[in-house]
Amino acid sequence: MPFTLLRYGLRSKHASFGDIPSTPALKRSYDVVIVGGGGHGLAAAYYLSNVHGIRNVAVLEKGYLAGGNTARNTTTVRSNYMTEESVRFYAEGVRLFETMSQDLGFNIMYSQRGQLTLAHSDATMRSFHLRAEMGKHVGTRIEVVDARTVKELVPHLNLDIGGMHEVLGGLWHADGGTARHDAVAWGYARHASRRGVEIHQRTEVAGFDVSGDRVTHVRTNRGTIAAGQVLQAVGGLNGQVAALAGIRLPIRCFPLQAMVTQPLKPFLHTLVSSANLHTYLVQSSRGEVVIGGGSDPYQLASTRSTLDQKEHLAEGALHLFPFLHKVKLLRQWAGITDMTPDYSPIMGASPLANYWLDCGWGTWGFKATPVAGKRMAETIATGKVPDILKPFDLRRFDSFALLNEMGATAASH
Amino acid sequence: MKILTCPVNGPRNIAEFQYLGPVRAASAEEPGQLIEALFYAENPLGIMHEWWRHMPSNTILIAERHTVTDRIVATYLPNQKPA
Repeated sequence: MPFTLLRYGLRSKHASFGDIPSTPALKRSYDVVIVGGGGHGLAAAYYLSNVHGIRNVAVLEKGYLAGGNTARNTTTVRSNYMTEESVRFYAEGVRLFETMSQDLGFNIMYSQRGQLTLAHSDATMRSFHLRAEMGKHVGTRIEVVDARTVKELVPHLNLDIGGMHEVLGGLWHADGGTARHDAVAWGYARHASRRGVEIHQRTEVAGFDVSGDRVTHVRTNRGTIAAGQVLQAVGGLNGQVAALAGIRLPIRCFPLQAMVTQPLKPFLHTLVSSANLHTYLVQSSRGEVVIGGGSDPYQLASTRSTLDQKEHLAEGALHLFPFLHKVKLLRQWAGITDMTPDYSPIMGASPLANYWLDCGWGTWGFKATPVAGKRMAETIATGKVPDILKPFDLRRFDSFALLNEMGATAASH
Repeated sequence: MKILTCPVNGPRNIAEFQYLGPVRAASAEEPGQLIEALFYAENPLGIMHEWWRHMPSNTILIAERHTVTDRIVATYLPNQKPA
């Protein structure tokens, strides 16, 4: 391996990398049409084409590849949830991230450094014990730690926070990590397109033709195509796209805002999150500190940023790391989160027989990119929803079988 | 600073207001509408009617706001919608 690398480095001519093909003309018919060219849709396309041998697949993307919430999330990968169903599902996602660079032959810069959630009250400590026991039961690496261990894990952290939000302890999740969001999408897109999946950018869905309980055609701004099956994974627009197929979803949209600082020397190894301060921080491999966690206080479908939320995020970050006060912000943005009532996603069947849902991903979608893609592809290929997805069915709201994960979001909203 | 006009106190900083969610078409008092009322809240792309509270004066009001442009079109007290 080192010699191969050395030879490669000394070579004067390099073969081109093999980019993602440009958008072809639309065919008249596809076995599977995936609406949404973000991480989830591309992961599903990858598993359909590379694992299940279904290659007549079109991915329709309204904008450019992975330019929506895949580009806007804060790249946290973890499985420290509250309910057994969720922990099992997200733990499979973490395992897929661990081998993704090798599986795809594409460096997604996965860095499993552990995630630390801070408790500033006894009530939070109690909920951490619940989450830790559930995580251990399922077999993930998770434990409740005291303030001294928090200090050892994050030496630069300000523990007393002016007496207002004293850190009492934390939930240490050694399986937690971060990865490069764009690379995840590009890696899947590259392998999917090599197996014949067509990726159609600038292709917006305008409507669906429904006959009985089946979607027959997908109407787009570039023409109408026949579809054997349809998968919807469109992030912030899930409510609107589902409505085009006559499906109502229990979703409310809120913008989630984030920002990054100028690059600093590495000082923050772990991912740090505080629900009380509505803030979480991670230092990227480039040294930039990514600060996220601020949902807007009212429903909105615009990705504008507000000074109020940015100040709020900065305040939380400064409470935790006061020495960041002179650091400049480089970029800031917002994404539209499609929030469900129980803070869990909606995956699986819809009221239409050949229309599948992968939505309601709110503020927690990136970590599930590989596992949602894998399991939704399995669902489409076999026509059967696998057991691991059944708790996330849309019909859970009709029977009050909610999957409450409100307390397990990285920063409460 | 974003301004919201309270029908009692005039234009105020939106930070003085609490968002109470969309005005709901479905009623939790009607058994047939319970699931709709609990889980399927309004989420339009466009004008939404919503409840707000001016916190210092405890004034409950309704705002009509565009959910894409974030423009507030009208505010009024409940049941006092201007003609």
